[in-house]
Amino acid sequence: MNQAPRIPALATHGLTKSFGKPAVDNLDLEIRAGEFYALLGPNGAGKTTTLRMVAGLLKPDRGSISIFGINALAEPVAAKRLTAWVSDEPMIYDKLTPFEYLEFVAGLWGIEAASAEPAARELIDWLGLAPHANERCEGFSRGMRQKVALAGALVHDPSLIILDEPLTGLDAGTARQVKEVLQERVRGGRTVIMTTHILEVAERMAGRIGVISRGRLIAEGTLDELRGEGARDRSLEDVFLSLIAESAEA
Amino acid sequence: MIAPATPAWFARHELRIAWREWQSMMTANNRRRLSTVIISLAIFFAILHLPAYVMVGHFASPHKVVDKATLLTVTISLCLYGSLMLSQAMESVTRAFYARADLDLVLSSPVSAREVFAVRIASIAFTVSIMAVLLAGPFVNILALQGGPRWLAGYGLAFALGAGAAAIAVALTVALFRLLGPRRTRLVAQIVAAVVGAATVIGIQVMAILRYGTLARPSTLASDALLALAPDDNSVAWLPARAVMGDLSALAAVAATCLALLAAAILAFSGRFGEHALAASSVALGPTRPRQRRAGFRVVKPAAALRRKEWQLLRRDPWLASQTLTQLLYLLPPALLLSRNFGGAAGSTVIVVLVLVTVAGQLAGGLAWLAISGEDAPDMVASAPIPPGAVRRAKVEAVMGAVAVIFAPILIALAFASLRSAYIAATGIALATISSIQIQLWFQSQAQRRHFRRRHTSSRVATFAEAFSSFAWAGAAGLAVSGAWQAGLAALFALIILAGTRAISPRKATE
Repeated sequence: MNQAPRIPALATHGLTKSFGKPAVDNLDLEIRAGEFYALLGPNGAGKTTTLRMVAGLLKPDRGSISIFGINALAEPVAAKRLTAWVSDEPMIYDKLTPFEYLEFVAGLWGIEAASAEPAARELIDWLGLAPHANERCEGFSRGMRQKVALAGALVHDPSLIILDEPLTGLDAGTARQVKEVLQERVRGGRTVIMTTHILEVAERMAGRIGVISRGRLIAEGTLDELRGEGARDRSLEDVFLSLIAESAEA
Repeated sequence: MIAPATPAWFARHELRIAWREWQSMMTANNRRRLSTVIISLAIFFAILHLPAYVMVGHFASPHKVVDKATLLTVTISLCLYGSLMLSQAMESVTRAFYARADLDLVLSSPVSAREVFAVRIASIAFTVSIMAVLLAGPFVNILALQGGPRWLAGYGLAFALGAGAAAIAVALTVALFRLLGPRRTRLVAQIVAAVVGAATVIGIQVMAILRYGTLARPSTLASDALLALAPDDNSVAWLPARAVMGDLSALAAVAATCLALLAAAILAFSGRFGEHALAASSVALGPTRPRQRRAGFRVVKPAAALRRKEWQLLRRDPWLASQTLTQLLYLLPPALLLSRNFGGAAGSTVIVVLVLVTVAGQLAGGLAWLAISGEDAPDMVASAPIPPGAVRRAKVEAVMGAVAVIFAPILIALAFASLRSAYIAATGIALATISSIQIQLWFQSQAQRRHFRRRHTSSRVATFAEAFSSFAWAGAAGLAVSGAWQAGLAALFALIILAGTRAISPRKATE
């Protein structure tokens, strides 16, 4: 029986962006719906630039971006309806409470109050923000701010969640909460694409891993595929460092 | 070589930090601009001698008799000047409490905290005094040129008043701390600083309007009634006035008093300064007072959500509150003038319209910067499914709504006096507001709201364009009220300013 091909959650073709020198160079990526994809690379490899282009925050010089089949460059509003962006620096409003922040985000995404409010309350509870839900964010620690930003990203139930180093600077407890929330979303059929420098996180959470260096995808696959035949005991760190070294020599 | 951890060493550190903060504020962190900034300031300083000549040139005759009326006029002028210095000093002290990131380092080091904070208070006094001297410079120079070198004593007095203002500012801020606690002090001190800066100017105008039915200069206030109430010629109250006019013994007395005040403030407060500063810095770490839990989510359309967010943030921004309050205070004299001449003199209405339109343009510029450039979550808003044009439109509407709410009551009052004037004022306010917003859109550059104080450094062109377009629209409205055909010329001038600004704006290419 012929099965219709599933539309990828994200597909980029020939994606290119240059800031004087190439930051992302002819990048082809395909991320399946419902998978947890980790994008790894050394500093300056082009990970953040790639994700910012996907989230509609940066215009590519060339190439295409498709989000669930929608041309994100031609129809940015339709594509953005399906995505959420979380950066390593939680940018929220100091003078709003988490509850008000989520209310604002739900308004921006045009979510009905009837569905947005229970989702917001659930996220606030789940991320341990309930005791602070009606305090202004100005006194919050970095971890709490990151949780508020994450709750904002999830309150409109995005199909594609794009995260750039979301665990930077978080304590162990907060990091675990964030990871659990993300895994739960993937179990619920959502797609997550995340950059991280914490290789253990990618090793444990990601279904597939892409390694990017100097703006190009140099390897992609499951952890076992990246390790290669006969090297099942190699850690992701060993694999990553050898890939980067090979890329530098090439 | 200065030995480490001595007061002189700390003083050098404090002055270096103060200098670099000033440099960064003036050059928007671009050190290559420093020479341009210094040359521009020197030119500006030189140009200030012209208005100074107009204001005090006639006052400095070498043969002028120092009578009570002269002393009263000089004293009133010094009160104006002192209030500005006190406002500036309160700003500096509040910033030292809340914005310094080195408290943990200083207090965890094996040096005497009292010594460190004594130096810190002294360095605040020094920077305020330098500012006082620079502000007084053009006036003192003109007076010395016209009336002889005795007027150079004004420099000494300015320096002393700066030190005295710093002492009073430290005492006031610490008192606010003890009275209100660290969280409220930040807001109240900022508002007090703004009000103090404006209060004397506005107070004198209010007095003049109540007494003479017109706006006033200090000399017009030296009336017979006030002179009758003033103390004898030999009173110590005239010492600052005598000092500025070259009486060296009076200068020595005032300087000694101000320095004694500063020494007392250092002795009394340096021990607790660190404690208060730590309390202030921990405000950011501690939980805020929970707000009343709302009944439920009120999710609205994206544009409405953006407008509501902007208004919420504007309402909750203490610094903005103080800025807004100051600008609104300047509306008090024209409002009073209006009520005194209700339905009468066209001249008063012209002044009211002029002030309304100017303040509206300036206020809209500040609000537009906060809404358009001072977006604290730019990525989140940019990643939302709303076209950028709709985001901009919602923010513009939020600013216009805020301006409308502030000016509507005054316009209604004006309409009772003169419907035509109210209509012209409303048009002028709308045009000045739209112009300021448009300039902010052209010069939009991403920044954090907390950098509101530094917004002028991101683009001086935008700052000047905003001010000149407000003045031009105000001029056009004022002339229109008085029925002068030159109103059209002033409006044309405003449009030329806007066209010129657009031509050199970085946004032109992206439109």
